[in-house]
Amino acid sequence: MADHKPTGISRWLFTTNHKDIGTMYLVFSFIMFLIGGGMAMVIRAELFQPGLQFVEPNFFNQMTTLHGLIMVFGAVMPATVGLANWLIPMMIGAPDMALPRMNNWSFWILPAAFGLLLSSLFMEGGAPNFGWTFYAPLSTTYGPPSTDFFIFGVHLMGISSIMGAINVIVTVFNMRAPGMTLMKMPLFVWTWLITAFLLVMVMPVLAGAVTMMLTDRHFGTSFFDAAGGGDPVLFQHVFWFFGHPEVYIMILPAFGIASAIIPTFARKKLFGYSSMVYATASIAFLSFIVWAHHMFTVGMPVQGELFFMIATMLIAVPTGVKVFNWIATMWQGSITYETPMLYALAFVILFTIGGFSGVMLAMTPVDWQYHDTYFVVAHFHYVLFPGAIFGTMAAVYYWLPKWTGRMYDEKLAKVHFWLSIIFVNLTFFPMHFSGLAGMQRRVPDYAIMYSDFNMLSSIGAFGLGLMQLLFAWILIKACILKKGEKATDQVWEGAEGLEFTHMPSPAPYHTFDTPPKID
Amino acid sequence: MSLFRKLALIVASFSALLLSGCGDDIKYNMREGVTEISREVYDLHMIVIWVCVVIGVITFGAMFYSMFAHRKSKNPNPAKFSHSTVVEIIWTVIPFIILIALAVPAVGLLIKMEDASDSELTVMVKGYQWKWEYKYIDGDDNLGNDVSFFSNLDQKSRDLSVNSGSGFSGIEITDENYLLEVDNPLVLPVGKKVRFLVTADDVIHSFWVPDFSVKKDAVPGFINEVWTKVDEPGIYRGVCAELCGKDHGFMPIVVKVLPQAEYDAWYAEKVAEAEAGPDLNERTMGQLMAEGEAAYNKYCSSCHMPNGEGNGPFPSLVGTAVTTGPIEKHIDVVLNGVSGTAMQAFGNQLTEAEIAAIITYERNAWSNDMGDKVQPQEIHDIKNGGGE
Repeated sequence: MADHKPTGISRWLFTTNHKDIGTMYLVFSFIMFLIGGGMAMVIRAELFQPGLQFVEPNFFNQMTTLHGLIMVFGAVMPATVGLANWLIPMMIGAPDMALPRMNNWSFWILPAAFGLLLSSLFMEGGAPNFGWTFYAPLSTTYGPPSTDFFIFGVHLMGISSIMGAINVIVTVFNMRAPGMTLMKMPLFVWTWLITAFLLVMVMPVLAGAVTMMLTDRHFGTSFFDAAGGGDPVLFQHVFWFFGHPEVYIMILPAFGIASAIIPTFARKKLFGYSSMVYATASIAFLSFIVWAHHMFTVGMPVQGELFFMIATMLIAVPTGVKVFNWIATMWQGSITYETPMLYALAFVILFTIGGFSGVMLAMTPVDWQYHDTYFVVAHFHYVLFPGAIFGTMAAVYYWLPKWTGRMYDEKLAKVHFWLSIIFVNLTFFPMHFSGLAGMQRRVPDYAIMYSDFNMLSSIGAFGLGLMQLLFAWILIKACILKKGEKATDQVWEGAEGLEFTHMPSPAPYHTFDTPPKID
Repeated sequence: MSLFRKLALIVASFSALLLSGCGDDIKYNMREGVTEISREVYDLHMIVIWVCVVIGVITFGAMFYSMFAHRKSKNPNPAKFSHSTVVEIIWTVIPFIILIALAVPAVGLLIKMEDASDSELTVMVKGYQWKWEYKYIDGDDNLGNDVSFFSNLDQKSRDLSVNSGSGFSGIEITDENYLLEVDNPLVLPVGKKVRFLVTADDVIHSFWVPDFSVKKDAVPGFINEVWTKVDEPGIYRGVCAELCGKDHGFMPIVVKVLPQAEYDAWYAEKVAEAEAGPDLNERTMGQLMAEGEAAYNKYCSSCHMPNGEGNGPFPSLVGTAVTTGPIEKHIDVVLNGVSGTAMQAFGNQLTEAEIAAIITYERNAWSNDMGDKVQPQEIHDIKNGGGE
């Protein structure tokens, strides 16, 4: 009974099971990750040396645009939703998500959304070419016809995210096992709960922005057109009011993952649990009042610039608390270095480097020199690749044995880790230098003084791209070929949490039909 | 292929760079620039970097120590503590204090950077897809003969970019001003406080000259203000910093800063040029075609392509309605643009002679064989009210 499940394609089409839906989210996000990564390869090939060798500038812009959109909305966000689906019910002792049918729908919208977006590549006039931030009027008056497909694609992604977020909120508030008080929840659940609130608050703002674009393009309004009394800068305010919380939507779940993995392999309780919760909440709050730090050169009044500078610098305080807490967790622990731990530690270190460049960028007077250069590209790739994506990889290695009942190939995984670490730094560290030297973002060609660093970045990127194929092979080997030794119920020696202490490996199709007892 | 040798060189120079620490070579660090503001910005930048480095060394030092000293083989029995209010307060308060210490000089500097009052010269900077227009708004001279001109990427860079080979064995480009050279640089006097009024014609651009620490978005329909005061004569190079479409990477900024006397002479010459009026001499078909080909390649070919066949959203000119239809319509499109598309109004950007030559060239080049031509004088008449 416990493991009864439908078979064939209808199992996946009609499933309301949180584990199936989680799997679909993860597989989908990995496919998107490979597509978006392929576009990054095109970008880095063109930037391998000065001159135009591979693609034309217009196609290059389509690649940067789609790379950004696919990685943000197609890879990172669905991956964290997939993890939430798999893990939140198991972590709080619930039998499933609170709204299972909506769960199914929120996943199945995504293939449609990205189908719309990717189909624009084959349309006359080409795909969207105005950057993932789609500033007006480049995206309105001057956008290609396929912009409308992009707009509806974004609408669908937003609907999917909002439904996913509502599901998490309702599940966490209503489905916890007796005794699982809020302040006993694992940090991953906490960070996801806060992420879900961010999503519910900002995705409608993004929907508003694209709707205004649509009416500007087709129905004679002038929200973003000065000629009709509008303001192109209004677009940027609306976009970044969504966009800044969005970056925390991508990184907060990774905070939760690191907070689960580091205690396990340090064999020591997480240091400062409650301050971790408060720090996450503070970061989320601050993320709403710092959006215009993306717009320091747009011509704001000096008072506005000062406010956004100081508010932004404040984010370093709760973020620092989190980093210090992780280090204190390791302090005097009994640490071993399995792959999930390696990824979690790399996450802490490299995310912190991204945090340092974040503090630099927050300071308005110097930001005038950094803004829209490769220094910014280096900054956000440090927080997104070795931040959000390494966090997700850590989670996959950490929980995969629980999901499938088999260990992955530890040797190959270590190779994957060490080469990834080398290539990720080879790709993104030189971008700090090319940016400081003066290379602007989003250009297919550049002056010769930047050629050395660009060649290094390109070589790193090709290596990093190859590593993802190795990752795919490791996952196929563990999940489909079912090679690898059987995992124990606890999987890792120091693992705690209901998913490790209260259920077998692999986790059965239905778990916690009766809620566990929590003391 | 010398690719491997090149790679080895890069790796070697990269390690040398890491060993030598952060020097002041503009190849890998922010430049100090040539204004008081840019030097202060550079100093602040170096202060933040060093603060980050020190915090990084302490934090990562503790972390690496723990990773080494507290591994299972060394420390089989983990400690039990999981919180300490005192420590947590300390590491909340100390970063807070550091941030305030960083914010204080930043606030002062920012207020100074935003104060464009008492400027001695005003230049309007206007961004177009994909060029800049500079207009000198001279307070003493209200006679209506403002000096203004357009500044385009130089032809040499444009040719190099397109003809740099394909694949990984592209031609090595050695011109150190590749993509950083223009036909008409902005000219400024040294030691004068210059105010820029920055705006745009079509989409958002961003006016960035790193040596001045000046970066301001050019927003269509709005005017932003930014200023500089350059200490040393010289040539300073910048770029458009905001994605503005296809040729965003191909609209550099070059500023030539001259001693006052030389600047005055240059300015007087420009005023005289403006007063002399345009060159409207009649040209033969051959002259129009030759001038037209050069001008077409400079202003038109990046969208319509050198072979006239267009590219993506940019329409073909070969055998199509505008270039092989009535010439009046053709002139109208070139002079006034097509609204809602990337086709700009070139009437005020190019000279009458250039427009006449381009139109004649487009009607007779490739397989277009209209046989007609238009003279600069006719363009001049149409621009000024359809004939006198």
